Amino acid sequence: MAAVQETIDQVRRIDVEQYKYGFVTDVESEKAPKGLSEDIVRYISARKNEPEWMLEWRLEAFRRWQTMREPEWARVNYPPIDYQDLHYYSAPRKKPELASLDEVDPEILKTYEKLGIPLREQEILAGVVRPEGERRIAVDAVFDSVSVATTFQAELKAAGVIFMPISEALREHPELVRKYLGSVVPVSDNYFATLNSAVFSDGSFVYVPEGVRCPMELSTYFRINEKNTGQFERTLIIAGKGSYVSYLEGCTAPQRDENQLHAAVVELVAMDDAEIKYSTVQNWYPGNAEGVGGIYNFVTKRGDCRGARSKISWTQVETGSAITWKYPSCLLRGEGSSGEFYSIAISNGRQQVDSGTKMMHIGRNTTSRIVSKGISAGRSQNTYRGLVSAHRKAKGARNFTACDSLLIGDQCGAHTVPYMEAKNPTAVFEHEATTSKISEDVLFYCVQRGLSQEEAVGLVVNGFVKDVLQQLPMEFAVEAQKLISISLEGSVG
Amino acid sequence: MTALLEIRDLKAEVAGRQILNGLDLTVNKGEIHAIMGPNGAGKSTLSYVLSGKPGYTITGGEVYLNGEDLFAMEADERAAKGLFLAFQYPLEIPGVATLTFLRSALNAQRRKRGEEELSSPDLLKRVRELAKQLGIDPDMLRRPLNVGFSGGEKKRNETLQMALLEPKLCVLDETDSGLDIDALKVVANGVNQLRAPERGMIVITHYQRLLDYIVPDVVHVLAAGRIVETGGKELALELEARGYAQYQSEAA
Ligand SMILES: Nc1ncnc2c1ncn2[C@@H]1O[C@H](COP(=O)(O)OP(=O)(O)O)[C@@H](O)[C@H]1O
Ligand SMILES: [Mg+2]
Repeated sequence: MAAVQETIDQVRRIDVEQYKYGFVTDVESEKAPKGLSEDIVRYISARKNEPEWMLEWRLEAFRRWQTMREPEWARVNYPPIDYQDLHYYSAPRKKPELASLDEVDPEILKTYEKLGIPLREQEILAGVVRPEGERRIAVDAVFDSVSVATTFQAELKAAGVIFMPISEALREHPELVRKYLGSVVPVSDNYFATLNSAVFSDGSFVYVPEGVRCPMELSTYFRINEKNTGQFERTLIIAGKGSYVSYLEGCTAPQRDENQLHAAVVELVAMDDAEIKYSTVQNWYPGNAEGVGGIYNFVTKRGDCRGARSKISWTQVETGSAITWKYPSCLLRGEGSSGEFYSIAISNGRQQVDSGTKMMHIGRNTTSRIVSKGISAGRSQNTYRGLVSAHRKAKGARNFTACDSLLIGDQCGAHTVPYMEAKNPTAVFEHEATTSKISEDVLFYCVQRGLSQEEAVGLVVNGFVKDVLQQLPMEFAVEAQKLISISLEGSVG
Repeated sequence: MTALLEIRDLKAEVAGRQILNGLDLTVNKGEIHAIMGPNGAGKSTLSYVLSGKPGYTITGGEVYLNGEDLFAMEADERAAKGLFLAFQYPLEIPGVATLTFLRSALNAQRRKRGEEELSSPDLLKRVRELAKQLGIDPDMLRRPLNVGFSGGEKKRNETLQMALLEPKLCVLDETDSGLDIDALKVVANGVNQLRAPERGMIVITHYQRLLDYIVPDVVHVLAAGRIVETGGKELALELEARGYAQYQSEAA
């Protein structure tokens, strides 16, 4: 509602092709030398003071990775990546161990301020005027390869929730990390996940114990700042029996001419009756209109509904990155467990998106729901790729899939590649797909009422994605809505 | 006194075909003009050319809205200057609540005119009032714009938009089409409430029926892309009796 208005205002203020988060922060950083070798893996592990088993785990991944080949099945095109021409570790030089937020480099604090992410708890608490009932949000801020600040830790701890950088969790809760790390996305899962296992630097660790409803939203903001640096985030979320947690990640990067690699792994584990809601607002630098620069976003995200009646819900708003290769998935193992995937994927300029989900029905009476909204503009290519499968024992498995594509202009492409495999005869899978062009008549109708062409596109698109936007936590829905309009700028004549 | 709308020798084509062939029309403030004519005469084309729909090429003539060159303005500017077209077939926008659409439109116009935006509570109050006057179920405001609306609801919604936006010149294209007599009365009643000394209207219709309820000051016959006859409201009744055959042969 009001947000649509804000969307429009935002669009009006910003020039076409201007990526708002494209600035660079000037901080001194400590970097690993370029290249990837066992020594670099040892270096990263040593920088993080990791236990010996972790180093072994990484080395095993690295050896494995050397035997693997980069996947080629996705509908994306890019020149070969020189994995020896990247830095695998970069950290702001000051204060690796912070006693309080006051010790965070002021330049970094300013960066997050510019990004609109409050890191000072007192500011968050004092707030300006907050709408009634708005929840507070704990933030973990990851800058290049390290977490620079995590807010509300004390309050969360009192509730029994662990929320900290994974590097810290490796030292403070090694038994928990060791038990779950790689248990959903195995070390050898795929090329990028294996690379991540060898060199991951930071990310968030969340543990919500049995019966606890996490008292606030948790979120991580990833920022790539250094150039020629890959970011390899690793996030692990465990929800104990009957617990609930809602987590959101956001990401931005400076505007640079060379491509940068972001290869993340996210693992979620939900026990009996637990629920995890994982939302992403992905806004990595998309490259310019000619396709120069931008992030390669090669991400493996998987949730394991391990317990009976557990539930995992992925919601993503993907607007950034030069290339997106991402399939947040659910392993529906627990009886009666359910998985959801709600996605808005927008591509403009020369962006390439190949994204979707896998819903693997393994337990009995498991259900899943997929709602995907793809919007292609400019000269972009946007593919939905999904797999729904039912295991032999998945009696009563049910899936509903709806894939809608909207084309803006006639130089872009939308593709839908759904796979279905039911090995149990009782499985019921429903699939609906539509592809439409944004209607000139509808746009004119809006323009005749006083909206500019761009405002009209924003309105129509916001309507198109509404079902998914509603799945986001309220605070982020508004932000996402703005982002959608901004990323479609210049898409109409 | 400057005319509200002045059309001089307007020529326009669509898809390479000349449809308007030198059309003249002057509408003063406070007047209601009916434009009648056979199917395919160019009535809708005129409404689209005035409102700036893409795809129509002006090949001659000029149009002034309150003395300002209409063709120098973008379509959204024309709307902000008070030109409103009630569509024959209003369009559907899935996922966009009617109220959201109304707010977006009104505030877009206000911004363009350098006016302050209307706050959400004020807007809601205003829209509710108008909806009540037009016999519109407030529940409709939450439904996506025109999606699944009946013909009558769509036309009522057009009238609601018109009432909210308070245009200076209303162009109603076949507002009566697809309406039963009861719905027609409701919509006509809504339009009549908008009659005002500062406002002009062009009511396009194929049938005389609508003009029993929205009584025009002037009636024109549009055939083959130009105004071929002009008279008082009694002309509508004559046309009803004799039909358009005469003009069609004239055009041919
Ligand atoms: N987009 C278009 N492409 C081709 N011909 C058109 C288009 N729009 C209108 N026409 C033609 O222009 C003529 C006038 O149409 P229109 O203005 O809709 O008439 P009316 O509203 O008086 O019935 C018709 O012959 C119609 O077929
Ligand atoms: Mg017509």
